[in-house]
Amino acid sequence: MKNLLAALVGTVALAMAPVAMSAEATKELKMAYDADPVTLDIHEQLSGGILQLSHMSFDPLVRWTKDLGFEPRLAESWERVDDKTMRFKLREGVKFHSGNELTTKDVKFTFERLKRSQDFKAIFKPFSGINVIDDYTFELVTSEPFPLLLNTATYIFPLDSEFYSGETADGKKKDAILKHGNSFASDNLSGTGPYLVKSRQQGVRMEFERFADYWDEESPGNVKKIVLTPIKENNTRVSALLSGGVDFIAPVPPTDLDRIKRDKDSQLVTMSGTRIILFHMNQDRVEAFKNPKVRQAIAYAINQEGIAAKIMKGFATPAAQLSPAGYQGHNESLKPRYDVKKAQELMKEAGYEDGFTITMMAPNNRYVNDDKIAQAAAAMLARINIKVDLKTLPKAQYWPEYDNRAADMMLIGWHADTEDSANFYEFLTFCPEADSGAGQYNAGNYCNPEIDALVEKASVETDMDKRADILQDVEKRLYDDAAFVPLHWQDLAWASKKNVKIEPILNVMNFPYLGDLVVE
Amino acid sequence: MLAFLVQRISQAALVMFVISVIAFAIQDGLGDPLQEMVGMSVSQEEREALREELGLNDPMVVQYLRFAGKAIQGDLGKSYFYGKPTLTVIAEHLPATLELVIGASLIIMFLSVPIGVYAAIRPQEWLAKFFMGVSTVGISIPVFLTAIVLIQIYSIGVTVEWFPEDTGWGQWLNGALSTEGGMPSYGRGEDLTYLFGTWNSGFFTERGLMHLVLPCISLASIMLPLFIRLIRAEMMEVLQSDYIRYARAKGLSAARINFLHALKNTMLPVITVGGVQIGIMVAYTILTETVFQWPGVGLMFLEAITRSDIPLIVAYLMVVGLIFVVTNTLVDLIYGLVNPTVKLTGKKA
Repeated sequence: MKNLLAALVGTVALAMAPVAMSAEATKELKMAYDADPVTLDIHEQLSGGILQLSHMSFDPLVRWTKDLGFEPRLAESWERVDDKTMRFKLREGVKFHSGNELTTKDVKFTFERLKRSQDFKAIFKPFSGINVIDDYTFELVTSEPFPLLLNTATYIFPLDSEFYSGETADGKKKDAILKHGNSFASDNLSGTGPYLVKSRQQGVRMEFERFADYWDEESPGNVKKIVLTPIKENNTRVSALLSGGVDFIAPVPPTDLDRIKRDKDSQLVTMSGTRIILFHMNQDRVEAFKNPKVRQAIAYAINQEGIAAKIMKGFATPAAQLSPAGYQGHNESLKPRYDVKKAQELMKEAGYEDGFTITMMAPNNRYVNDDKIAQAAAAMLARINIKVDLKTLPKAQYWPEYDNRAADMMLIGWHADTEDSANFYEFLTFCPEADSGAGQYNAGNYCNPEIDALVEKASVETDMDKRADILQDVEKRLYDDAAFVPLHWQDLAWASKKNVKIEPILNVMNFPYLGDLVVE
Repeated sequence: MLAFLVQRISQAALVMFVISVIAFAIQDGLGDPLQEMVGMSVSQEEREALREELGLNDPMVVQYLRFAGKAIQGDLGKSYFYGKPTLTVIAEHLPATLELVIGASLIIMFLSVPIGVYAAIRPQEWLAKFFMGVSTVGISIPVFLTAIVLIQIYSIGVTVEWFPEDTGWGQWLNGALSTEGGMPSYGRGEDLTYLFGTWNSGFFTERGLMHLVLPCISLASIMLPLFIRLIRAEMMEVLQSDYIRYARAKGLSAARINFLHALKNTMLPVITVGGVQIGIMVAYTILTETVFQWPGVGLMFLEAITRSDIPLIVAYLMVVGLIFVVTNTLVDLIYGLVNPTVKLTGKKA
């Protein structure tokens, strides 16, 4: 009877919880990521860690939902005025950590600072300006019709303009963005987000505290204090969770998935990710790669499903294209095409029956199992008589080699900052052009102006259905042409103690909405 | 004495110079620091501008001279990642490492001397043989393995179900072999006591000490067998020498012979080796600190390498070089105290 009563009380409390939660955030969360944010200035670097911080201490105008839709945050509503203009209505009564109130002048300040940021200016290039209409209404204007306006608005986390304006005691401008050395913004922060930064010892620990005047009173989040410890070593991070030292960890290495599943106090959440892993075949270095038949032969020779199952232990989704499911360019009809016989035939038709020797490079600490993937691919290519001379390097040494296009086949992983297909093509398959920066990571030197033109057409197409058709056509053409060798989309994994309800706050972008986290 | 110090200081300067030159020469092989400073999608143009700003485009000699000019004034540059002077960053991380080394040294000292002496005096006892056997095994287990096993047993806990639960003895054995876990597995904890400067200590609170236990044992595990074997071998040799035999003939008590006359001479080579080993231990902390996420200079250095944080790498190597020189100097000084026949400047006695 007593138990029944307790259960009843528990249920009632749970049902009532969302109503009055934000007022009584009482729980403490200890969590461990593989790294802590390098700076408190969210415009200094565009990286996963900084975006995670942005979602803790700031709020975007709109944010992604789990199924890659948009939900209003600081922008209450929006409407298209014309092809190039979107009008936003700002939420009223939102307070910054400093106590200042959020108005359009803060949005304008933030927008202009983003345009100055080395890392963000490329994303904001399509925008020509911002029109402030009144304290709570503004318009974002683009120079061409821009279908990804809302995608980009997820990067606008309004900064407290008053807080970041003026000069520090020693005469430095507070709004300066400094990549190296300390600026005011890299040590101080005032946003509208659910958590204040209470203390920070870089590389050691960071402490957050729930912002008492947080605007989102409907948020179910009940965590008052968050302690973030960066734990780089995979094994140590998992041990910290299993020993009860922390309540929430990310990422979880594939080798430890079973260990966490077996632990009765822990839970594991995995998701198919959006980061594509692929090989480029450099046509400038290898004459044979100019022949589409040779490229197709390689595409047929690589067993994506085998790599995903054996090397990634199921912790990856085999890919035959760049766009993951949910992206506009994702083309359902494209499937991995592993077929060694076919590959051998194609090599014969191309006149390379006896094969040739190539060099291959891959990082060994950047992506999950990156070096093992490269080894497997090299072994698979041996079956069509392509001898591979493989070299794997730590990431710090690998990227300079990549920039020099130092090998015939090079491995790269790519995540589209805009969560949109076009970003893949612009960086990975566009004809390389140093001036415009197109094809910056196209280490294959694959160049098909026809496809580039299609992508550019899609980039100004605001009819989303039409746009999807174009992008899916692009994906199909790249597939037929075997422009590159896609391998898989790397899965994501998080783990926590059972009483920490992480599932609802996680998403494929890998920025957990910790403000809404419920701990029982 | 003065001549000795002058000689050592000039040696230190030479060591630091050589290290800085080597560190600068290999920095191209360490990778591109920009990769960690900018997002993937930043254009080549922006990268080039930043490179210029950081002075990375200058010829190596120019970069080195600029560095050396500042270094003479005690400025070893700014860390790219921390955005602070490298010496400040190192000063912030050094106490954690020193506490780890001190803890491990204490464990080594209090265990190796009694065990080593015992094994030398009673080499035939089964316990002495057992110690020697264990130390042989211990010396061949890599430190990260020791650390992972310790974490599994004492932090996470293990449940043993090898024996039948339904018998009394099986239950007892299972219970005896299972562990609860609960020891901290990472970091220094929150209960640190502020001492001075950048030094926050874990030695003064219970939680702080708990955090120190596993990392210190792991670190000590590599050196302990070495010291036990060294002390045993030296002691056995000393026990064979003439003056010990005379002392025995004179009728001195065994304790007086063993602990006053023999041990003192045993310790001479041990101190020399010990000094060098403390320096090596600083290097071993890199592994221990990585496994335990111990926020010391070892972990800091490893991360600096993955980030190609070149100023920090150079500064760390120079500081470690200095630590080596200083510990060796101290060892020589202590040596002189223990054995007055040793002259410091190397002149004939």
